[in-house]
Amino acid sequence: MDNKEIYERLNEVFRDVFDDEDIVVKADTTADDIEDWDSLEHITLISAVEREFKVKFKMGEISSMKNVGEMAQIIAERAK
Amino acid sequence: MKELEFPFDSEFIIKKRKSLKRKLLADGNSRIKKKIAVFGGSTTNDIVVYLDLFLLNYGIEAEFYQSEYAQYWQDAMFPSEELLSFAPDIVLIHTTNRNINTYPTTADSREQVSELLETEYARFEQMWQKIAETYHCPIIQNNFEMPFYRLMGNKDCSDYRGRSNFITRLNEKFYEYADKTEGFYINDINFISASYGLQKWSDPSYWNMYKYAMCIDAIPEFSFNLANIIKSVFGKNKKVLALDLDNTLWGGVVGDDGVDGIQIGQETGVSQSYYEFQSYVKSLKSLGVILTVCSKNDHENAIAGLNHPEGALRPDDFIIIKANWENKDRNIIGTANELNVLPDSVVFADDNPAEREIVRAQVAGAAVPEMDSVENYIINLDRNGYFEVTNFSADDLKRNDMYKANAQRAAQQASFADYGEYLLSLDMNAVIDDFTPVYLQRITQLTNKSNQFNVTTKRYTLSEMEEVFKSEDYIRLYGKLTDKFGDNGVVSVVIGHKNKEVLDIDLWLMSCRVLKRDMELAMLDRLVERSHEQEIKTIRGYYYPTAKNKMVKDLYDRFGFEKISEDENGNTIWELSVEGYKAQNKVIKVGGNEPTD
Repeated sequence: MDNKEIYERLNEVFRDVFDDEDIVVKADTTADDIEDWDSLEHITLISAVEREFKVKFKMGEISSMKNVGEMAQIIAERAK
Repeated sequence: MKELEFPFDSEFIIKKRKSLKRKLLADGNSRIKKKIAVFGGSTTNDIVVYLDLFLLNYGIEAEFYQSEYAQYWQDAMFPSEELLSFAPDIVLIHTTNRNINTYPTTADSREQVSELLETEYARFEQMWQKIAETYHCPIIQNNFEMPFYRLMGNKDCSDYRGRSNFITRLNEKFYEYADKTEGFYINDINFISASYGLQKWSDPSYWNMYKYAMCIDAIPEFSFNLANIIKSVFGKNKKVLALDLDNTLWGGVVGDDGVDGIQIGQETGVSQSYYEFQSYVKSLKSLGVILTVCSKNDHENAIAGLNHPEGALRPDDFIIIKANWENKDRNIIGTANELNVLPDSVVFADDNPAEREIVRAQVAGAAVPEMDSVENYIINLDRNGYFEVTNFSADDLKRNDMYKANAQRAAQQASFADYGEYLLSLDMNAVIDDFTPVYLQRITQLTNKSNQFNVTTKRYTLSEMEEVFKSEDYIRLYGKLTDKFGDNGVVSVVIGHKNKEVLDIDLWLMSCRVLKRDMELAMLDRLVERSHEQEIKTIRGYYYPTAKNKMVKDLYDRFGFEKISEDENGNTIWELSVEGYKAQNKVIKVGGNEPTD
């Protein structure tokens, strides 16, 4: 799976979870860039991303991810 | 909305929660409004998000109060001003085994563990009583799920020091309280977590990271289960199960294969599956669910199939058998009309996706579960909670007999030319009097499920009804009707509150099973009589139109009230002078409560 595909699929997940068709995520996107992205929505987001890519983030990863780029990197390493 | 019916796709619901809510709010359906307080022992935000969706789908628009994180006990025992003014219609206590303060240790004696059990339990019972006293509303309490590890291995369940054993005993104590307490319901998360898969359910990372006592993906199932209890408490259960026959109640097509050729009984795996389903359906009948047939078949073939010696059901288990070649949506609406229930209280079970689609599209509000393969029939009906039991009254047990008697009355009516003569021939006897404790539950139940013959559609919880019952400020009447075909039970309720010389009618309802029997006139006669005794000069009636109560738009007019006002929404106010009123009922003999010592 190349980076382009990962970002396309991530984008869809973000749009669904935040119910906003205008979202475009990039590597440096963080919670500050998306209005509804608070700690509660973060839980839903992580769960939806895990489903989409059939990966499971480790506890340590979830708390240390700083932006979408780091999320995409873990997915690239682990997703089949 | 199909996406929110069992079996649903939790991942989809989680991902689309916002757009689903948007769609539900835009569908134009009218909904009752309820206030729900959630006292959590763990994070409850997502629980509320999905509960909101499922309730909207059931026609309930909820406003929520949520405790600050894990403040369930404090909120219950020391309510804030905010909570008191919120005045919940129902309280949910969301606790799990993460909220048990102290578990036994292997060093504890039997007595110490029993004491520990009492201590843990007392904290809960104290809280329930406080909530009941403060809000007079129903309470839903989770039981405990099993722990996700077993220190003692298999012995953990049987040894008094084991956590599994301790939780089982604590659950037992919760059930004892539920059994003796009206308006107190257990949300069975022990079942739901087992059904979901305890290991996945209890994945500890969700507790340790987010303080959720279950994994995120399990929350829709949890909330769905909860929504079923709530909608049942607020009178939104289904009443009728309309069943197809071929490939639904037996394998094969009776018209083609003949009675001997259909699959039902103990011969093969397939026939056993159909037998098991028939037995399940028969048990539903004993809960008060009305069974009917809706099948494309010749009538005699349908009866022959139902008389199959190996089957569990019999033709007389069904109140109405529609076996014909008419479209099924019409048959469903016809069935609802004949039973005097609304089409949205029907569940339609049919293996044929095309028939399901027609009924789903044409009969608004009817439930149409997926029936894709016989081994899933029971689970798809059962888990959807259509007939979720919260109040189980003696009337529920008798309901099928009453509807059967109705069918006999209809037959008798056909033999009379004059309707008054027919009514007299029914030999009707009524008890119309002030409420008595034995009927409070039934009376409350009626206020929550009568939609058609109901002038104000005012709903009461059991505790509100108890308040009304205890107060001197009301004139209350219930009516119970018996005739030569059977006992209809409590069928009518009137509540008026006294306002000096005026009696304002808060509630006037009647079950549709006794329409056109002049029961409402008998109720009016008694109401005027009681009003007269209590020096009331004027009785004032109110009619508030809803989508369902057109049949009583002119009720007060027919009674002889005078219209006082009408606003732009069609709300009307009526008055009747007590002086000079002449009794109107001529066909029902009326008595009162049995004297008590």
